[in-house]
Amino acid sequence: MPDSFHLDAVPIRLERCGKTFAGGARALEPLDLTIRGGETIVFLGPSGCGKTTTLRIIAGLESPDPGGRVLFGEEDVTALPIERRNVGMVFQSYALFPNMTVAENVAYGLKVRKLPRPERARRVEEMLDLMHLGEFAGRRIDQLSGGQRQRVALARALVVRPRVLLLDEPLTALDAKLRDSLRLEIDRLLRGLGITAVYVTHDQGEAMALGDRIVVMAKGRVAQVGTPREIYYQPADGFVADFIGTMNRLGGLARGGMLSIGVASLPWSGPDGAVELLVRPEDLALASEADGHFGGTVAAAVFLGDRTRLVVEPADGPALTVDTLGRSELGRGDRVWLRVDPARVLAVP
Amino acid sequence: MQSLSNRRGWGFWLQLGFTLLVCALLTVPMVMSMLAGLTANYFVGLKSGLTLRWVDEVLRVYSGTILLSLQIAFACLACTLLLGVPAAYALARRPGRFARMVEEMLMMPVAIPGLATALALIVTYGGVGDLRSSWLFILIGHVLFTLPFMVRAVLAVMGAIDLTTLEEGAASLGAGFLRRFFTVVLPNCRSGILAGSLMVLTLSVGEFNLTWLLHTPLTKTLPVGLADSYASLRIEIGSAYTLVFFVMIVPSLILLQGLAKRGRPSV
Repeated sequence: MPDSFHLDAVPIRLERCGKTFAGGARALEPLDLTIRGGETIVFLGPSGCGKTTTLRIIAGLESPDPGGRVLFGEEDVTALPIERRNVGMVFQSYALFPNMTVAENVAYGLKVRKLPRPERARRVEEMLDLMHLGEFAGRRIDQLSGGQRQRVALARALVVRPRVLLLDEPLTALDAKLRDSLRLEIDRLLRGLGITAVYVTHDQGEAMALGDRIVVMAKGRVAQVGTPREIYYQPADGFVADFIGTMNRLGGLARGGMLSIGVASLPWSGPDGAVELLVRPEDLALASEADGHFGGTVAAAVFLGDRTRLVVEPADGPALTVDTLGRSELGRGDRVWLRVDPARVLAVP
Repeated sequence: MQSLSNRRGWGFWLQLGFTLLVCALLTVPMVMSMLAGLTANYFVGLKSGLTLRWVDEVLRVYSGTILLSLQIAFACLACTLLLGVPAAYALARRPGRFARMVEEMLMMPVAIPGLATALALIVTYGGVGDLRSSWLFILIGHVLFTLPFMVRAVLAVMGAIDLTTLEEGAASLGAGFLRRFFTVVLPNCRSGILAGSLMVLTLSVGEFNLTWLLHTPLTKTLPVGLADSYASLRIEIGSAYTLVFFVMIVPSLILLQGLAKRGRPSV
């Protein structure tokens, strides 16, 4: 990647940014967040959780409720409309101009900035090459595939060297295979550019793969902010635990420093009483009857190639999902024993 | 199976006959009228010979009405473009009951008989300065009548493309309102604007109801002159007049159709 593509890393600060729509619907509770310069932050959550509203407030397409402030570095941009914030934005529907060719689309922002023609042509060409779009420069937008349109949208947003890059569900309109390869491409691009990027998605896989940090949102509030690992292994609450990956819930009873699950007792440091435990499918293991903590019956076995996902129904309590490696021959109706790794069990309030 | 697709049954011939009959019903009067305008003496028939005498006379006597019709039509087009396109844009960008109400109100001049609109115009503005005797009075009537067609045509295209997102895209690249409007909004509504222009031009050139009441002896348009000549002159002259009208309007229609086809976005 050429040096000229390395962009400034501007931090973004949101101060008490809430959003109430006309009619009184609260889309976003007042939110404080600092996005570090050069960081890729992903807003993740189900539809209607406020993630897109937050992105649009950062972009300048919505203004926060009175009292809220948006800062790019030291500059307060709250009052500036999007066209004066120097941001790059990639829309879910791409918003490419059908009346222009690929090259004209990419050149649009440079034209607005009144760059001299030779400089403009050079930068458009450079950007098209970077995005592997060189041969499509003269094409019309309706002659491109979905993946190509996506890359044009990225090129168009980046060629103006924006202060921050904003991406609103950019991969949602694509099919699964294309999504994976473009996700890798975007990841490579964001790392290479060093630009501050805000990425909105409802796809936890995308969030895990792209985010330096993830902001999990629900019902207009931030549920948790953390690295993908923190979010996955130390979910702040039941919502985050359920939303990210698959999570099993186990009932246990704590008494006198010991926690009993099924027939097993594990050392326990928490207070006495009934405890709800969360365990990831990969942290439950098949065991022999002697080593097992509790038993159950296989209700379903799904062969996934690299692993087999079992649904095990214990004698009491909800069904558990267990991932087993290797060539498991287990099937419906088989009796199995399971072991819990106590170090990986989470107790969530 | 093959016999079914190859042999045409009586149903096919019946349909073909019916279609041709309808076509004939529509085109024969037009052809007859145009021929009448070229016939030396219509009552004697074609054997009296063909002549351009009548066409020549129409051009000599009525060229004023032809020019005025064209003048009004293009002025009307300019007005509906300046008023209608921004109006359609405003309606498209503003969802809600009020906008829909305005949209319906805009259609009113089409629903109300032209005579009534014309009378209302005369009663209200007939006494304002020299307006009554000016061609601008007819223009006002035409704009009132054709504006809804422009707004509807542009609005239809604006509804089909995601205008809001396109504009947000342009804004994110730094474009202010005017630049967005002229480089993104207008070019992407081109097919609707052209379709609307086509409607406005043809409606204005052929408009009779309103114009008949609004005109003065000095501000006669082509259709009004046509009515006069049919009523008071030889049928050959009226027919020659019709011929001139066709020659005038058909090429511009074909031109605009061609433009509209080219401008249609294929997404």
